[in-house]
Amino acid sequence: MLREGDIRIPSGCAIAALVNRKGEAFEGTRIADCIAMMRDRSNGLGGGFAAYGIYPEMKHHYAVHVFFDGTPQRRGFEDLLRKHFQVISTGPIPTRRKTEIQNPPVIWRYFVAPDDDLLMEESVDQQEFIVSFMTRVNAEPNGAYIVSFGRNMGVFKGVGFPEDIADFYRLDEYQGYIWTAHGRFPTNTPGWWGGAHPFALMDTTVVHNGEISSYDANRRFIEMYGYRCSLQTDTEVIAYTFDLLCRRLGLSQAEAARVVAPPLWDEIALMEPKLADRLTRMRSVFGALLLNGPFSIVLAAPEGIMALNDRLKLRPMVAAEKGEFLAVASEEAAIRRVFPALDRVWSPAGGEPVWGRVGSVAPLTDSTACREGRHEFS
Amino acid sequence: MTTAIRRVKARSEFCMGCGLCRLACQVAHSAYPLNIVKAMKTGEKPVARMSVETSADGMDFRTVRCLHCEDPECIKTCISGAISRDEASGVVTINEQKCVGCWSCVIACPEGSIIGPGMGRSKAYKCDLCLSREVPACVAACPNAALLLVKEPAAGVVKSTNGEG
Amino acid sequence: MKLSKPKFEIERDPARCVECGVCVNQCANRVHDWDPYDENILSEDINCVGCQRCVHLCPTRALKVLPFASRTREHGLWTSNVINEIHLQADSGGILLAGMGNSRRQTVYWDQILLNASQVTNPSIDPLREPMELKTFLGRKPPLSRGNGEFADQIYPQLELEVPVMFAAMSFGSVSLNVHKSLAQAASNQHTYWNTGEGGLHSEVREFRNRAIVQVASGRFGVSSEYLEDGAAIEIKIGQGAKPGIGGHLPGEKVTGEVARTRRIPPGSDAISPAPHHDIYSIEDLSQLVYSLKEATAYRKPVAVKIAAVHNVAAICSGMARAGADILVIDGYRGGSGATPLRVRNEVGIPIEFALAAVDSRLREEGIRNEVSLVASGGIRSSADAAKAIALGADAVYIGTAALVALGCHMCQSCYTGKCNWGIATVNPALTKRLNPEVGACRAENLLQAWKHELAEFLGGMGMNAIESLRGNRLMLRGVGLTERELKILGIKAVGE
Repeated sequence: MLREGDIRIPSGCAIAALVNRKGEAFEGTRIADCIAMMRDRSNGLGGGFAAYGIYPEMKHHYAVHVFFDGTPQRRGFEDLLRKHFQVISTGPIPTRRKTEIQNPPVIWRYFVAPDDDLLMEESVDQQEFIVSFMTRVNAEPNGAYIVSFGRNMGVFKGVGFPEDIADFYRLDEYQGYIWTAHGRFPTNTPGWWGGAHPFALMDTTVVHNGEISSYDANRRFIEMYGYRCSLQTDTEVIAYTFDLLCRRLGLSQAEAARVVAPPLWDEIALMEPKLADRLTRMRSVFGALLLNGPFSIVLAAPEGIMALNDRLKLRPMVAAEKGEFLAVASEEAAIRRVFPALDRVWSPAGGEPVWGRVGSVAPLTDSTACREGRHEFS
Repeated sequence: MTTAIRRVKARSEFCMGCGLCRLACQVAHSAYPLNIVKAMKTGEKPVARMSVETSADGMDFRTVRCLHCEDPECIKTCISGAISRDEASGVVTINEQKCVGCWSCVIACPEGSIIGPGMGRSKAYKCDLCLSREVPACVAACPNAALLLVKEPAAGVVKSTNGEG
Repeated sequence: MKLSKPKFEIERDPARCVECGVCVNQCANRVHDWDPYDENILSEDINCVGCQRCVHLCPTRALKVLPFASRTREHGLWTSNVINEIHLQADSGGILLAGMGNSRRQTVYWDQILLNASQVTNPSIDPLREPMELKTFLGRKPPLSRGNGEFADQIYPQLELEVPVMFAAMSFGSVSLNVHKSLAQAASNQHTYWNTGEGGLHSEVREFRNRAIVQVASGRFGVSSEYLEDGAAIEIKIGQGAKPGIGGHLPGEKVTGEVARTRRIPPGSDAISPAPHHDIYSIEDLSQLVYSLKEATAYRKPVAVKIAAVHNVAAICSGMARAGADILVIDGYRGGSGATPLRVRNEVGIPIEFALAAVDSRLREEGIRNEVSLVASGGIRSSADAAKAIALGADAVYIGTAALVALGCHMCQSCYTGKCNWGIATVNPALTKRLNPEVGACRAENLLQAWKHELAEFLGGMGMNAIESLRGNRLMLRGVGLTERELKILGIKAVGE
């Protein structure tokens, strides 16, 4: 049986996201209820959550969630971790026993700070250092898999229905101001926890529903710039794409959305010349990053979320507002499970992003999230 | 079946001298217009009302055809009144019953496009623009679009003598 | 006594032959002749090249042109063909000439590669209801670097194609002016490009110069500053798949007034293109020429470099990209020519499928694939070959032979005689008029239209609506009947994987 990463496994899914735009934290049961409503979209072979604002007392340190095949592998990893970072605290992630959740790996959590001396020696910046550390650990067969590595956030995922995963990880005991969720229906039985979603890169997480038909074109482009698509999933290539465009090349998320879901040439021909020229040049340079095929994705970062559909809207995605809350899900019923009465509910158009920005959170300089006001497209 | 003026226009720069137009004309005016083999091998060979000429250096080719002039010389010289011109379509035809085979029209035609009596023929024959067909046989047969059917003639063209019409 | 044998024999059905004489006047090789004494048509088989002109034009289908039935005794090594070729060389003492591209019975690798379609896990897209975007830009793209969101600080000139298929370089002199007129008109109408080849840009096709890629080959025929300015792009031709490593030779007989004027050489002189450019003896010399051309045209036109696919094509292309070439053109061993030595045509060079895969992979390994465009050529026969080429990594393809076949060529491969009965590979006015450019343009445009629709069907079937998503997408291909090694070099999986 080939493992995730040895073979490309297409999958159907369910996604959901809840954002409190005032930055006020809420318990994880809400997102669990939300995704549970879409149980039929999954087949029990993968579920996961990303949560932001869950470690307020440790918010200046990096929270690292890791899977291990066993204790010896954990010790090996910890030695490596200590060589590269200052480790502030360690401990297993508390879980509940559940019959539905079988053979979980050893799951631990660390709070670390970068070692400034080491950074200076290697003369890289913090983010590059962390990204390359995470990439290296995950690419090697060392029995350790870093699930998430970001500040005041974490990813909780595994093999099982998402609501069972939520219960397993005791998400009812956490409070966060952004929660995203994913339920998976893979066409293979990976049996490996690392393959579940969301996918995290620094503090940006991606959940995705759909199958990218342009995957190999996207992968062979992105791998020219130092990334390794070791999981062979669409979600991974999407996360790397946004990392390259936003964090490394300085495009705003809106521009990045215009790269992955650009307007049709017919539409560009009708736009005003300066904008048409810019979009044409972007598309001719970044054509290989066009995400073709059905997708609905939610990209989450500490400043908020961006939800996006492919330009033909071949996957469902519903957005809704209730007071300070923004909700996005594959089905309206899932949103109504959490908020029976809504102020506004709509189906976003293909290629048009939905923003859930969190007002009270100051942007951290190292995130890939939105930059205000620059190069926004109407 | 035409009410509009009808002409065949030739573009000799595309004529490759194959002669398929001439063959098609022959077959169209035979007893078996739909079967080339039968048309050519049964009884008398049918008469082609046009021909193809090659230049001396062998590089250029053109058709020799009736141009259906506005003021035809052939009608003026016909001693039996066998040739007439239809006002509506402008097509000039020979009435076989009336033709006495005197060769006057053959000599008078500035194009030299009328086929005179001889070789077993007792009448003169000329292009009738295939009025009973939607497209004249020569036009349909030309493999290189050197012959075109035009419904109205270009101004002042019908009297030219070099085959361009 | 000359030993060469006929290649073909003519069978005439007397019951169907009406002695119309079309075969007689249409054969430039004087195969058919009217015998006035016996009043029938005789056929001299030895002159027949198998172009099928008489067969096609015979109004009663009375003619068959068949392979010469008389064969030497069967032998796995010493076949009739081999024996005949040696006889010819013993008769003449010369190099055997050939036209068109490599004819060997080698695996056609396009036929061993299959395309994907979406089923269930992602929907196919209906090209009748959704736009299928085939628009392609050829030219240099800037390296990706951070900078205020203005990623494209330097704007490089681009060619904009509505269909990723262009007409390959075929020089005026090797083909007739009517061929250029036909292809130029079709390329214009379909918003793609045609290539002048190394014979210059004739004044009667200058109206199509904004869709013309002008070629600068080793003989520098027709090259002037006006010529360079006229083209939409400039292509430095280092080599071609039909004759890698050797030059070209247009015999004096074919260098008529028009040809001579367009090439800017005296009429009747042999037009010899030397084997190398005598100012390009290494990669830095190429760089010098590339930048000279860019300087001469004020950096307003993309400069392409065309090479034949040879063994170290990947390294060569990497060098070309770094030498400033904006578009890399690779011509595989099936590429055609009007005249090439038979042995060089059939024994030198490698298939485009492997060359393309190797170059695309190498450029990606070096992180520079996005900065240049790749055009593949050499035996692209259909939209399927084009789609597979794009999936292997090409931005676009050139078609040469396919374009001529669309105009009426029947692959008799005797182009070097200058007696092309279809009016294509000749400058003889009696013959060139056989290709009416209005008809030719229509046919060439039909071909592009048809392939455009077929490409749309392929894309939609794979769940894509933009050609960018197929480019380099090797997962959309599977190999059948290929060895492990071949699969590895092509970078594709085997069927069933």
